[in-house]
Amino acid sequence: MQGAVGFAERAGHILLSARFWRGTLATAVFLLVWEAVARAGLVRVPAPSSALVTFNDLMRDPSFWFSWYLSTRRVFAGFLAAMLVGIPLGLGMAVSRILYGIVFPVFEVLRPIPPLAWVPAAIIFWPTQELSIMFVTFLGAFYTVVINVIDGAQTIDLRYYQAARSMGSSSWDIFRRIILPGTVPSIVVGATVGIGIAWAVVVAAEMISGGGSVGSMGGASGGGLGFFIWNSYVGGSYNQIVVGMISIGIAGYISSALLRKLGELVTPWLHEQ
Amino acid sequence: MNYEPPRGSPIADARAPALAAQGGCKGAIRIANVVKIYGSEGAGVRAVDDCTFHVPAGKITVVVGPSGCGKTTLLNAIAGFHSITSGTIHLDDALLCGPGRPKADPGPDRIVVFQNGALFPWKTIVENVAFGPIVQGRLSRKAAFEKARMMLAETGLHNLETNYPGEISSGMRRRVEIARALMNDPKVLLLDEPYRALDSLTKSVMHEALLETFDRNRVTIFFITHDLEEAIFLGHHVVIMTTRPCRPKKILTVDIPHPRDYSVLTAKRFREYLDETVEAVHEEALKAFAAGERER
Repeated sequence: MQGAVGFAERAGHILLSARFWRGTLATAVFLLVWEAVARAGLVRVPAPSSALVTFNDLMRDPSFWFSWYLSTRRVFAGFLAAMLVGIPLGLGMAVSRILYGIVFPVFEVLRPIPPLAWVPAAIIFWPTQELSIMFVTFLGAFYTVVINVIDGAQTIDLRYYQAARSMGSSSWDIFRRIILPGTVPSIVVGATVGIGIAWAVVVAAEMISGGGSVGSMGGASGGGLGFFIWNSYVGGSYNQIVVGMISIGIAGYISSALLRKLGELVTPWLHEQ
Repeated sequence: MNYEPPRGSPIADARAPALAAQGGCKGAIRIANVVKIYGSEGAGVRAVDDCTFHVPAGKITVVVGPSGCGKTTLLNAIAGFHSITSGTIHLDDALLCGPGRPKADPGPDRIVVFQNGALFPWKTIVENVAFGPIVQGRLSRKAAFEKARMMLAETGLHNLETNYPGEISSGMRRRVEIARALMNDPKVLLLDEPYRALDSLTKSVMHEALLETFDRNRVTIFFITHDLEEAIFLGHHVVIMTTRPCRPKKILTVDIPHPRDYSVLTAKRFREYLDETVEAVHEEALKAFAAGERER
């Protein structure tokens, strides 16, 4: 039970740290001010306390969790596709002038188009609503991943190439042992930023597209968290809007934290002491 | 190709200053009439001009010159990182670069230790040291690691094996890098101001460690620095360079027996060598400074 002891000890450390209490205090003050402003009727936003009551009801509503599931699935599908396509493409563009020359102009014209501008086209071109939302999510993460990979590979210090060459490395060795590991930190950065954008995009895409018309589970949900918020607005349930928004914040936070943790695992040289 | 046949005799052996006789060691470098012009032939910058000297095998030859004088250009030409415009460079009897072959192929017989270090940050110390034999396919992974551990133990670095380069001091990193270089059984070590960024106390420790390594391995060392004391302390031969274009101005044979230790620094002979050369170096430093002012 070494692990349990270690965990308790670590939890104890966290509870005693000033950083933890500062964060908690800041959150508490934020909620209090919000509560006060809402109760005083200064804004027409529901108070956190009433949102909490609604959240308590929603916790027992499977369709609410189904919205979480749908959005998460779309985010990760699009994000993974962006990584699978973006990392090899970025590495290829960094290594090959020819590929760079072919792809970069197209890439730079398409990149400024906001992913949301793709929603109508995506709905027309992809056979299912689900695929079109995933495609838009993919685009959100894709550009950031590619840009970071190219930049990471291009900024590897020339000395590492020279050292590797003079020790007799083949081109393949240099790719595998220098360029690939040298780019990993940038891949991690691109992934962490990319998944954040994927969350931002998925919500808007669900709002615009109607969330995939999975309406069978009741009016307020079925189409993902974005659709959940929109539907709550249409239905006049302001408390649910707030719950939906905070849900997205939490989901995004968990995704980024997860990726940061994974990133630390694949870049041990940046974190040990 | 902007290659131009060397002026004078093809190899210019006769004009090369005679350095110490070579024993059975491998790794003599003959630099003859080397010219390097950056940019176009007409308007380019002449970094190295008609440079001729020998680096005898199994000795330490230190090249001294002010920063930016072109000495690194010469080292890069030997290493095979850059081309030369004309002249020849031989390693033992093989032509590294010369007519029809402006750029040498980099290879494990000439390993560079860089000014800012080039240990791969994503590999542990032992992985770094084992790198050469593995990519050359000379040793299996297991054998290479074994040899790397022995090499680290020899230099007293065995407790750092599993660390990453970012976790150890820069002095330690330089020693690891020399160990990594020696794993390739090079004929020549090319050291490009390896101790420049170190404080003077660490530097003195590094110098003694380098001399110790040299005594064990007897590899030819081509060492670049702008520090005259360092040059005389380490070198069998000291080549003082003129600044831009770079060419030997004065060649000095330091007749202080190896192995040397830090007591040499206070020896009378050492001071005499210093007196003899300090003016030549200072002159070049002034020229380099003035040139720098003009460029601005």
